[in-house]
Amino acid sequence: MTNSIDEIKYADCIFVIGSNTTLAHPLVATRIFQARDNGARLIVADPRKIQLASFADLYVRQRLGTDVALINGMMHVILKNGWHDEAFIGERTENFEELKKVVEKYTPEKSSEVTGISPEDITRMAEYYAKAPRSTILYAMGITQHTTGVDNVKSLANLSMLTGNVGKESTGVNPLRGQNNVQGACDMGGLPNVYPGYQAVNAVDIRTKFEKAWKVRLSDKPGLTLTDLFPAILEGKVKALVVMGENPLVSDPDSHHVEKALRALEFLAVIDIFMTPTAEIAHVVLPAASFAEKDGTFTNTERRVQRIRKAIDPPGEARQDWVIIQEISNRVGYQMNYSSPEEIQNEIASLTPSYGGITYDRLGGEGLCWPCPDKEHPGTKFLHKDRFARGRGLFHGIEYIPPAESPDDDYPFWLTTGRVFVHYHTGTMTRNSPSLDQEMREGYLEVNPADASAIGLKDGDKAKIASRRGEIISRIFITERVDKGTVFMSFHFLEARANVLTNPALDPIAKIPEYKVCAVRVEKWE
Amino acid sequence: MQLKHVLTICPYCGCGCGIYLEVLDGEIIRTIPSKTSPVNQGRLCIKGWSAHEFVVSPKRLKRPYLRKQEKLHEASWDEVLDFTASRLREIREKHGPDSIAFLASAKCTNEENYLLQKLARAAIGTNNIDHCARL
Repeated sequence: MTNSIDEIKYADCIFVIGSNTTLAHPLVATRIFQARDNGARLIVADPRKIQLASFADLYVRQRLGTDVALINGMMHVILKNGWHDEAFIGERTENFEELKKVVEKYTPEKSSEVTGISPEDITRMAEYYAKAPRSTILYAMGITQHTTGVDNVKSLANLSMLTGNVGKESTGVNPLRGQNNVQGACDMGGLPNVYPGYQAVNAVDIRTKFEKAWKVRLSDKPGLTLTDLFPAILEGKVKALVVMGENPLVSDPDSHHVEKALRALEFLAVIDIFMTPTAEIAHVVLPAASFAEKDGTFTNTERRVQRIRKAIDPPGEARQDWVIIQEISNRVGYQMNYSSPEEIQNEIASLTPSYGGITYDRLGGEGLCWPCPDKEHPGTKFLHKDRFARGRGLFHGIEYIPPAESPDDDYPFWLTTGRVFVHYHTGTMTRNSPSLDQEMREGYLEVNPADASAIGLKDGDKAKIASRRGEIISRIFITERVDKGTVFMSFHFLEARANVLTNPALDPIAKIPEYKVCAVRVEKWE
Repeated sequence: MQLKHVLTICPYCGCGCGIYLEVLDGEIIRTIPSKTSPVNQGRLCIKGWSAHEFVVSPKRLKRPYLRKQEKLHEASWDEVLDFTASRLREIREKHGPDSIAFLASAKCTNEENYLLQKLARAAIGTNNIDHCARL
């Protein structure tokens, strides 16, 4: 997030797009309700009529994968009416002319044709967002899990800069991150092209710094992304894989293809707290400690680094992950001799400028939001104050591109995926939690009433859902939450694995798969 | 009877709510929200209130496993660690460091993720490390 969670409650307009906030980030949603109580306007754009839609001043249902056309349409209206922030654009940004040229074409009528939202609603969205003194954008995987994921995010950045809604309190472009430490895993260099703190592996001075600290020669060749990994295994380029706390067999798109790749490995090691489907096909399974059994830090979606503390011992012979990694490293022949997570954190601080001032003794209270470059620095509440990281904010003129797969005669429905309120990811944690498990024991497919009656399906019936990649059986739930022609399914359930169906088509830059859009066929199953 | 409350962070979404794990005689009996957390200010969602439940699940892994003749069998730590290290060394020798890849975790701590990428980069010699942020 550019801004912090608590700032949301002081915003005058909140634009939620591609985030089922009440369900996936409930404590962020509380700030939306507080803001509404303070008189803020709420705009919700989502192909599904999510719970938050019923609290919105304006809810719009865009067709799947049409976000760029929608945002360009809003910007067209803003420019036409002179609602943009000329001073901000002049002082803080560049490449405005290119944006203007592209947006010029996206009249509300043209945008409406693509998105299915009326020109009047597009105009109202633009007016609410642009005219409020402090407008904030909240988004999640509904924006990013597309072949145009990067385009979608850049479009939101365009919108915020156009109206001067970034670099100030209670504004910003705020991705709500889905996992407790997905921010931290990125910050720590769990990425193929960067060391901790997003320092490029192919920059000579950076590599030299790490070579000196780690006392070893390092590779300057960026590695494989997760989505490029599975094809590389099947091509015979990758022979061994070590997985820590992930379950790609259920979580990754086109599951059949992933399973084929994992089974082709010469060596697969899984470090986990449960015998996941991925662990079941591994050569070695190493039992790890859960969050309650170790010390360390997590970094949340607002970049807040917070301490976690050991409450109990791990069960049986299970060990903390850092101990397991250290043991492997020593046996491979590279010595690691850490005595505690705190010692590791001190090394992180010495090599990662944005974490430079973060030490355990400073994390007793509310934690610290990075960038926190030194021991006296109080942390950073919101980013891009006075200047952007690159200097001036760069506008991008972005054209709408349709999703990789659209319905046709063979696969006539749009399928989109997401979470349900009690479950989480592949269910490894929630389905092993009795209170959550009893709320929902199986997955279901959401179908619009008109479509259900056309297929001859009643609520609770079983249906066969097929895409070009595979097929699954699931119970159906008839609801107006989804539009006619669109079906929705969660991805938590191994028995009805939505990712057997999803399309592994990738965004060319972020390499994120298009989980949010694919084409399927739905039939009654007896 | 020994009762303690351990301040920590919820393991679910990216909000990062502050929670107390209530520990009675070495066993977690419930989760309660932290009122001083700047994120949740004394509140929690249904997943947060249940944060401790999977921790005490009887299905937790308690022993290392090693595949022998197609099946996973319980094994000692020394056995699985030695086997892991020797396989990684053999494969690196035969096919080069870039024939090995690592998946880090959005569920593990900063320190653990740091160490895993250090294992990949410094010990094995490859930048093949990624995680599910891309998903």
